[in-house]
Formats: sequence, C-alpha cells, structure tokens
Amino acid sequence: MPDVATLPSIEEAVALGLTRDEYALIVDKLGRPPNQVELAMFSLLWSEHCAYKHSKLLLKTLPTEGRHVVMGPGENAGAVAVGDGLAVAFKVESHNHPSAVEPFQGAATGVGGILRDIFALGARPIAVLDSLRFGEPGSSGRSRYLLDRAVAGIGHYGNSIGVPTIGGEVYFEAPYEQNCLVNAMALGLAPIDRMIRSAAAGVGNVVVLFGASTGRDGIGGASVLASAELDEADGDKRPSVQVGDPFAEKKLMECSLELLERGLLVSLQDLGAAGLTSSASEMASKGGVGIDLDVARVPLREADMEPFEIMVSESQERMLCVCEPARLDEVLAVCARWEVHGTAIGEVTDTGAMRIYRGDELVGDVPVTALVDDCPVYELAPARPRAPLYPAPVATLTADVSVREALLALLGSPNVASRRALFEQYDSIVQSRTVRRPEQADAAVLVLPDGSALGVSIDGNGRRVAADPYAGTIAAVLECAANLACVGAEPLGVTNNLNFGNPEKPHVAWQLSEAVRGLGEACRALGVPVTGGNVSLYNEAAAGPIYPTPVIGMVGQLPDARGAGRLGFAREGDAVALVGWNAAPSLAASELSKLRGEPLPDALPEVDLARERAVLEAIRDAVRAGALSSCHDVAEGGFLVAVAEACLAGSVGATLDLGASDDAWTLLFGERPGGFVVSGRREALEALDVPVEVVGTVGGEELKLTISGETTRWSLGDLSAAHAALAKLFP
Amino acid sequence: MKFGVVRFPGSCDDVDAQLAASRVGEAVLLWHADRDLQGVDAVVVPGGFSYGDYLRVGAIARFAPVMEEVIEFARAGGPVLGICNGFQVLCEAGLLPGALLPNVGLRFLCRQVDVDVEGECAFTHGLVGERLSIPVKHTTGRYYAPDPDRVRVVLRYAPGENPNGSLNDIAGVCNEAGNVMGLMPHPEHAVDELVGGSADGLKLFASAAAVLSHA
Repeated sequence: MPDVATLPSIEEAVALGLTRDEYALIVDKLGRPPNQVELAMFSLLWSEHCAYKHSKLLLKTLPTEGRHVVMGPGENAGAVAVGDGLAVAFKVESHNHPSAVEPFQGAATGVGGILRDIFALGARPIAVLDSLRFGEPGSSGRSRYLLDRAVAGIGHYGNSIGVPTIGGEVYFEAPYEQNCLVNAMALGLAPIDRMIRSAAAGVGNVVVLFGASTGRDGIGGASVLASAELDEADGDKRPSVQVGDPFAEKKLMECSLELLERGLLVSLQDLGAAGLTSSASEMASKGGVGIDLDVARVPLREADMEPFEIMVSESQERMLCVCEPARLDEVLAVCARWEVHGTAIGEVTDTGAMRIYRGDELVGDVPVTALVDDCPVYELAPARPRAPLYPAPVATLTADVSVREALLALLGSPNVASRRALFEQYDSIVQSRTVRRPEQADAAVLVLPDGSALGVSIDGNGRRVAADPYAGTIAAVLECAANLACVGAEPLGVTNNLNFGNPEKPHVAWQLSEAVRGLGEACRALGVPVTGGNVSLYNEAAAGPIYPTPVIGMVGQLPDARGAGRLGFAREGDAVALVGWNAAPSLAASELSKLRGEPLPDALPEVDLARERAVLEAIRDAVRAGALSSCHDVAEGGFLVAVAEACLAGSVGATLDLGASDDAWTLLFGERPGGFVVSGRREALEALDVPVEVVGTVGGEELKLTISGETTRWSLGDLSAAHAALAKLFP
Repeated sequence: MKFGVVRFPGSCDDVDAQLAASRVGEAVLLWHADRDLQGVDAVVVPGGFSYGDYLRVGAIARFAPVMEEVIEFARAGGPVLGICNGFQVLCEAGLLPGALLPNVGLRFLCRQVDVDVEGECAFTHGLVGERLSIPVKHTTGRYYAPDPDRVRVVLRYAPGENPNGSLNDIAGVCNEAGNVMGLMPHPEHAVDELVGGSADGLKLFASAAAVLSHA
C-alpha cells in the first residue's frame, strides 16, 4: 500500500463505532492495519445498520418462501408476482435517528431512500405508506414539532416526485418522546422479465455513477446516527443528516427506468446508507467479482474532498450501474437526456477486491468478502425483565366517566382521532390507481392494469408489543391481515421494520427475539412469506428505550378492484353485526386502559391463529362476493369506536342493542385481534360461516346504543367534532 | 382529435392527463426540449413540479423550448388547458391573467372539492351551471389578480369549498378569446368513478373535443 504513513489509531476506529475486537479482526483480515479510507469503509459496512450483526441470526428464522415470491430478502426490495407478467416490489425502511435530529429532511430522505430501493429493481414506484411514532402531542411541543415537520417532509418528497402516499399510521406514546420513529414503505410495479438484480458481473464492464454530485452531507450517517443511541447533544449531528432533492430523484427515477427499458444495464444498485462504499461492495459481493473505483472521477460538490469522504458520503439521489463498454455511450446519452450526471468511475475486475484509486494512486485495497461477509455476527443474550420497563401512561380520563364521555374521549385521543389533517398533506391520487383513499377503507387499494387490485396496509402497535412482545407482534400481523380482508385482499407478502432499543441490553434482546418469534409464527400461520425488511436498533434516549415496535407492511391482491370493501356504513336499514369476535375481548394494553393511566400488563391473552385465519378468510370471501355493504376491523378503542368510525365514514347513524352484559366496558372498549364490524342485509350476514352477532341497524343522524337497559346517544356532529382532534395541531 | 400533453422534467400528472385525454381522442406526450407540437389539436400543460419549482412556481418552465410553440399555438387560437402547475406556467407565460400564491394554510392540500362552472370557454362548452366534483392537490393554488373584475372566471369553488384562500373563490380562469384555460383542480383525476371519486373532470376534455369537431 502506498502512503499509509498516517494510519488511524484504534481509538479512531472506536470513535467510528467499531469495537476493539472488530478492529483487531480487520487487522487480521487485511494482514496490516487499515488506512483511513479502508477504516471508514469497514466502520460503515460493519455497522449494525449495514451488517445486521445483532439481528441476522434471528431473521434467518422467518419464513421467506411462497409461490408468489419473485425476489426475497437480500435484494434491494422483495417482490411478489401479481399475474399478467407483473410483479409488485415493496419494502419498508426506517429513518428514525435522522428524523429525530432534523425531522423534515430526515423524513423526506427516508422516502427518497425507499423509492430508490424500488426503482433499483426496475420497478416504477406506485405508492408510499408511512408509519410514524411520536411522544404525546397534547403535552409535548417537541412531539408536535416533529410530527408537523416529518409529515411535511414526507409530503414534500412524495408529492414532488409524483408517487402517491396512499396510507399509513401514526401512534403517540411517551416512550417515543426523545426517539421518534419514521418508517416509510414503498411499492413498485414491474414486468417480471425486466426486473434487474444488483449483482455486478462481467470482468471489464464499466461501473457508472449517475445522479446528483457527491458532497459532504451524511458522512457517517449509518454508523454515527443509525447505529448508536441518541443523546442530548444530538443537535451537533445535524450535518450527518442528508438533504433531499425530490426533483433530482424524479429525473433519476425516469432515467433509471429508461435505461432498463432499453436493456442497457447489467446491474443496478441505489446509493443509500454508507454511500458508494456499500453500493459498490454489495454489487461486487453478490456477483463474486472485484471492483476498481477512481474517486477522482466522481463529480463533487466541494473540490477538496478526501477519498474517504467520497467513499462514505451519503449524498442523496445517486445510483450505481454496471454496463458493457459498448453500451456506455448510450447509457450516458440517456443520462444526458434526463439532465442527470453520468460518469464512468470504475470497472468490474476478477480480483475479488474493492480497490479505490485517486487517479493513479491506490488509496484503499480491501477484499470484498472481508467488507461484506466477515463482519462478526452476535448472539443475543435475551433476558425477560423482572421489573416493568415502562412507567404507566399519564391518566387523562377518570374512572367515573360515563360510556358517552368515554367514547368521545377515545375518538379524540391521539391514537384514534382522524388522520385527515395529516393525509390531506399527501397526494394520494397521482398515477390514477387509487381506488380507496385514506379513511375510505381499512387498507389502501390500488387498481392494476388487468382490473385486479392491490390491498396494502402498514401497522404496529408498540404498546401491545411492550406488554407482550410475542403476542403483540402476532397482533400487528393480524391487524394488517384484517385490514386486507376488509377490502377483500389475500396476503401475498410481508415486509417489516424492527424498531427496537439497544440489543446489547438483555431486556431489549428479549423483546427483539420474542417479537421475531411472533412475526414468524403469525406469518407461517397465515401462509404469507416475509420478503424483506429492515432493522433499526439503538432507539433509546436517556429516559430509556422506545416501545419495541415491529412495523408490519403487508401487500395482498383482490380479483376485482370494483369489489373492494369500504369501512363506512353505506345503506339505511342494513343490519350491523359483530363478526368473528372472540368470546373475550380484553382491556389489557387497550386505548381505554391507556387513557385511564393503567400500567401495562405483563402479558396479552393468547390468540388461536388457526381460528383467526378462518375468520379472515370468511371476511375476505364475503367482501369479494359483495355480501357486505361495509367492513371495518375492531382495533384501537374497541367495538364501539369501530362502529363510530363506520358511522363517520358513511355519514349515517346506527342503532345498537347489545342486550344484557355483566362487563359492558370490556365488551364496548376491549381490544383483541379478529373482530369486525360489518353491515349488510341481515340474511347475508347471518350466512357467514363464522361467529356472527347482529347487534343493530344502520340509519338516522345519531349513534344510539342500548346495553343492559341503558341507552346512550351521540349525534354525528358530536362524534365528528371529537374525531377531528388532531386538526387543531395543524392550524 | 389529438391532444398533446407537455412533459417537463418534474411533471407528475403528465401520464394521468394523457390517460384522461385518450378517453376522448388521441393523446401524445410533448417533450419539453423539443420545439415540436407534433400537429396536435389541443395542448394540456399538466400538474407537477416542473424543473423542481424551487424558484417561483412555473417561472422556469415558462422558458422551456416547447413553451415557445405552445405560446404561438395559443395566440393562433389553439385550445390550451393548464392544470395546477400548468395553470401556474400559463400565468407566468402571460397567456392567462393573475398569479398563484401559496395556500393560506401554507400546506400542501389534497382534497375532493365541488366547483361551479360559471363561464364558457373551449373546455367548458355547454357546462355552465353545472357543479363538478374534482380533486385539488397543491401548495401554491391561491389565485390572485390585481383587478379581478377584468378576469374571465370559468370555475369557482362552491360555497364553503375554497381550499386555499383564492380571491373570490376563483378555481379556474380563461383568456379573453376563451381558448386558453387554467385551473387548480385536477380534472384528469376525475375521469373514472373507480379511481376518481367522480367522472366529472372528463367533461372538460370532452368539451374540447366537441368544440374542435364542430369548428
């Protein structure tokens, strides 16, 4: 190696996030100490964010096979076949720490990053969904600020690039106060025969960098921000947050898709976390080849950038491709047409090494396998905590309120209130596929060219997972499946983002392992493969870890877009029924218990997955057969909240008579997977092959409930006013 | 009947507009860098964020090579429809009066709204008096003109529906000759009940086709 006179010390390695043992291992692999360029590359690729070193062993337990799977874990995104020679690619990713530091750019670039993962496969992005977690908006100005700016950032990017944001979810809980979560999911559509993988191939082929020029933004993002706990001084990390340019991404996307349409590329990869280092070495690793790069040829924003800075910069809106030398001129011409920089910066070799040059000078030389495959993988040391990890929520509802007050309080509570003020800031209709817009149905619905449709949902209630990581994660999967069933969609694949605290702590390790066990169990029971995902660890601040939050994204398909279900009551005189409701709803970890300030229980009731699957299939079949006027799953807030939401969505009242109950509060507000509020003709409802209890009739201008001889009434206006509580946060 | 839909870098609703127009005629995309209208009978300048719109909205697109041709086409009486960003571009190009300012709420807003057709032009022929349900989606849609009495208003937000603080609830205007129209709502996103929430927007495209076939 030339010029390694100023070798970085082990202390510098530690400052970059490596352990002393990892540094020693690197020295061993290289047969010498790494120089600055090499150390920078190792520190990123061996970070938790890139190497999954604390989660890899767990993730291997998930079911990944299925007859629809076109691409599984390991590619830029998963993909499933949807007929007609088409596949849907989808993936969820987090941008939590950048968003906690700078919410607008953090959230915006989170969307940009996940979109690149999709079009890197050759799929045109057709939808974005987001999953957000903040502290309590009522008591925390910081949480209101983060919410406002994160929503604006997501909208700024998605709206400007012409990809609809069709759904999402947000929860507000105190444990997210210092460490918010911003997860974004994207879907893309591609002809299967035009999809492309990221493996570099063909010794002598050209490596072309195209898109934005490279600057100092985001240096060390994957190691400094994404793989460590946040602390009070994190304002100083703001320069590590990248700045997004959706216009550049729009051009990059159209350019990439045109390059693929013309068949000009051998492989394609986006630049995300760890920038050029990660993209190039992953392409080389997957192809079993080496790559030589010349950093002197990389277009720069600042002329004096060091080679290590160029190699680790996380400047946004860049892609890396491999093409045959004879096609280079055509590739560069397509780039020029879209006004995108395209520069040949290297070539594929048979050396098995990543060799970094500055002009003629070799400044880094590392075996690809050492970078990509040799990062140590750690076994977790899980231990169930003996004492509660999380304080009880602050009570906002006294024990002596009436049923009437309780429903209004729940409808106005941050986790249940209408998301209209948020989703109206997103373009949900561009590309002309959106069959069900937000709040029209439990899942978003997108029509496909053959008249069938996708149903898409994203969910993950962290409080339930905090109470019981195994059962809570199963509940999150079931919630997504229920949302899909409500529109008539059959699940095809699952993506997930595991947002957890520091896995080196035994109680977090326990949460993580239990959650992954639940995820695998639920997906196996439903027969749906996990096609990819992402892990975000170290979500902790001084006050402790976040609620463990596995965010589940599920994609399904229904045969006829015109038959997609709706959540709102639709026809006066229809019967209202509670379907599939387990005999014992529970207030454990429910919204009502949160409002009452009750501590989290240490377990949730068991769920019979085979029975749940039967209910989901019955609901799905009934929706597809057109037997239901409306269908809405019972989720946060329980049965009565679900009925009120169906009234509001349909702008019509309902009259319910629940007979006598010795535990009215649990019946009305208890939560448990597997319950649905449906409406339709009485005979059609009673013909369903699952437990059905007809409880009332659609009609009128009010919700009227009789239970145990007591009658309570709510005007639609009262319900609507309560439900609009979040609008106040967006004046 | 052949529509041309302009495609700038940063156009987002170009394909949607092409799909909508193709329901009543042929529809092709017109590349921003080409001074060639391909012999089209009507031009649609679509929504989106042309050239990123980091400067004043529409201010760069107005200078695109294709716009020189569009301006000439419009001055010769050719029908031109500017939707959302297209409306902003036509105002910048001087083909329509007034300007679009940031919404009063300063936020992007996507919402189905009712608009009343008040004036006759190439795209509203026979529609005066109708109420249409069409979505809006924009951050910069507040119409303003220093002398609104001299503006030919063709669309107005129905009472209580003004989403952005537009002067006099103005949602769409046309030029003196009635061949150039701009509007903030997106008629191309209301051409099919399945995905549009209504099919009212199709009437604007059908109007242009009908007017031309009788010309």
